[in-house]
Amino acid sequence: MTDHASEPDEKPESRRDFLYLTTGLFAGAGAALALWPFIHSMNPSADVLALSTTEVDISPVEVGQSITVIWQKKPVFIRRRTPEEIQIAEAEPLDDLPDPQTDTDRVIKPEWLVVVGVCTHLGCIPLGQKSTEPRGEWNGWFCPCHGSHYDTSGRIRKGPAPDNLLVPEYKFVDDTTLLIG
Amino acid sequence: MSAHTQPSGTGSGLVKWIDSRLPVFTYLQKEYGEFPAPRNFNYWWNFGAILSFMLVLMIFTGIFLAMQYTPHVDFAFDSVERIMRDVNYGWLLRYMHANGASFFFIAVYIHIFRGLYYGSYKNPRELLWIFGVVILVLMMATAFMGYVLPWGQLSLWGATVITSLFSAIPLVGDSIVTWLWGGFAVDNSTLNRFFSLHFLLPFVIVGVVALHVIALHVTGSNNPLGIDPKGPQDTIPFHPYYTAKDSFGLAIWITLFAAVVFFAPNFFGEPENYVRANPLVTPAEIVPEWYFLPFFAILRAVNFDVLFIDAKLGGVIAMFGSILVLFVVPWLDRSKVRSARFRPVYKWFFWILVLDCLLLGFVGGHPPDEKVFEGIEGLKFINLGHLGTAWYFFHFLVLLPLLGMFEKTRPLPTSIAEPVLGGGQSAAGAAAKPMEKA
Ligand code: HEM
Ligand code: FES
Repeated sequence: MTDHASEPDEKPESRRDFLYLTTGLFAGAGAALALWPFIHSMNPSADVLALSTTEVDISPVEVGQSITVIWQKKPVFIRRRTPEEIQIAEAEPLDDLPDPQTDTDRVIKPEWLVVVGVCTHLGCIPLGQKSTEPRGEWNGWFCPCHGSHYDTSGRIRKGPAPDNLLVPEYKFVDDTTLLIG
Repeated sequence: MSAHTQPSGTGSGLVKWIDSRLPVFTYLQKEYGEFPAPRNFNYWWNFGAILSFMLVLMIFTGIFLAMQYTPHVDFAFDSVERIMRDVNYGWLLRYMHANGASFFFIAVYIHIFRGLYYGSYKNPRELLWIFGVVILVLMMATAFMGYVLPWGQLSLWGATVITSLFSAIPLVGDSIVTWLWGGFAVDNSTLNRFFSLHFLLPFVIVGVVALHVIALHVTGSNNPLGIDPKGPQDTIPFHPYYTAKDSFGLAIWITLFAAVVFFAPNFFGEPENYVRANPLVTPAEIVPEWYFLPFFAILRAVNFDVLFIDAKLGGVIAMFGSILVLFVVPWLDRSKVRSARFRPVYKWFFWILVLDCLLLGFVGGHPPDEKVFEGIEGLKFINLGHLGTAWYFFHFLVLLPLLGMFEKTRPLPTSIAEPVLGGGQSAAGAAAKPMEKA
């Protein structure tokens, strides 16, 4: 670096500045790219992703009963709704809903409501799967953490949660078997 | 290195040999032996030493806990129970570590309020203050992840609720949460990475503490009067004066700590966390550790939408904002006078801020819809939360700048020695260096 040191005064914009700048930029961009494998290693791994479907036998579920199954390590609520519950859910005017969605958009067969049992606020498990638990003012589910009320279609009605309970991807393999995911 | 000062009185051949190759002894002598400290420290200046002790204690107990702990969802809870029942003195290690976290936070909060009262964040100590806030943030992250490790009900659900906060971020929120979890719920991947980071972060804290202390030794310590030392009559050597005072304070602190560890080890804890984590059942009430309660109250206080920001995101912004605002305190406070002793108005608002933070802590421990007093219908905890949060931000964002402009401060003493020595030597002190304000 002797010739560099011998330069008495550097000009404001020299070839050297340009080289410094581009070298720096490339080194920086390279370092940032090299970071990606580390960041991505923290995303769900293949074995975690492999848990992505769950098969459920729904034949033992009576009308008015609910069961909880595990899908992707999360609880999924399956409720076999009574005719009244279906009727109330369908009759609800959309204007009353914070996250407007019709009941028909949320089910494949109206009798079977399938939703992810995770409150869309901060992730607690709402109560209401057992008939002895509080089900909130709309007779669906009630989240005890910060007081969110969900209706018989799993739609948010009151409280801090912004969205309806999520409806997962699912299909009926046959009349008594459900495949979630 | 011609002006090389030999450590006085420690002139053994080995010490000299090492010191001329790596001047650790010279450094210690200079920074902790003869380091000139203002002669008027009170006991609020003990907490730096107390904090250093707590950090070492946490690392020491943590390393030994890590020898017995298993970071796996199927074994974590049992391994902690084994530490409590079967490992020799395991209960002591764990109770020291768990209560150590609480005492660490008590000390750091006192240390921060000390700085706010005596204006220790002002020119030239802004960077020193900023490193301090960085340490606070790192401590919070460390304690949060540590609390997840025993894998009790509150470990799991506290982690779920706090990590879910990030889902409030528009567009990328959900991907960030999945990334933080390494899955679709708080699970084994989450526990593993939290253990790794919980092990790492304390050592990062050690690094930032080093910067904090180096910056302190460049500017020198502030003192209860908030004026700069004018000469040798205003300072005393750190050793033996403050080493002795620090040791005395530390002894009292350790006595209090021991009293809790041995006689009330679960005083700060929640019984619910002695219940094994169950991903299918949320506990009736999720409360964070006490040291997070004021921030939790601020998070929940925003239960309304502001323009296009919904309540969920608003709460998250307010909570992080309440910590971030501390970074800019040196520039929000425009007053030239450091110590609240000479700021008759600020002094009052300081104590109101202390009460406000205690109020927020109280609010954070209660469900928002609970009535504050049985029988009084209108007043719920959420109302107190609104009030406390509004005041918190009002103090920093409005009061501090305004006070700097309008407050009539009291006259400063000419030197530190003057009030201590009754003015006898103050003339000499004033002559040594011209009078200056902060
Ligand atoms: C800044 C310093 C630290 C803080 C504030 C801190 C905080 C905590 C907290 C709050 C807990 C939960 C205690 C409980 O309820 O059981 C915990 C647990 C734990 N910590 Fe730390 N910690 C620190 C440093 C360390 C270090 C350096 C290590 C290891 C190298 C460590 C290892 C552990 C282990 C293994 C546990 C689980 C066992 C248990 O729950 O008692 N910690 N920590
Ligand atoms: S997590 Fe359900 S209301 Fe907050």
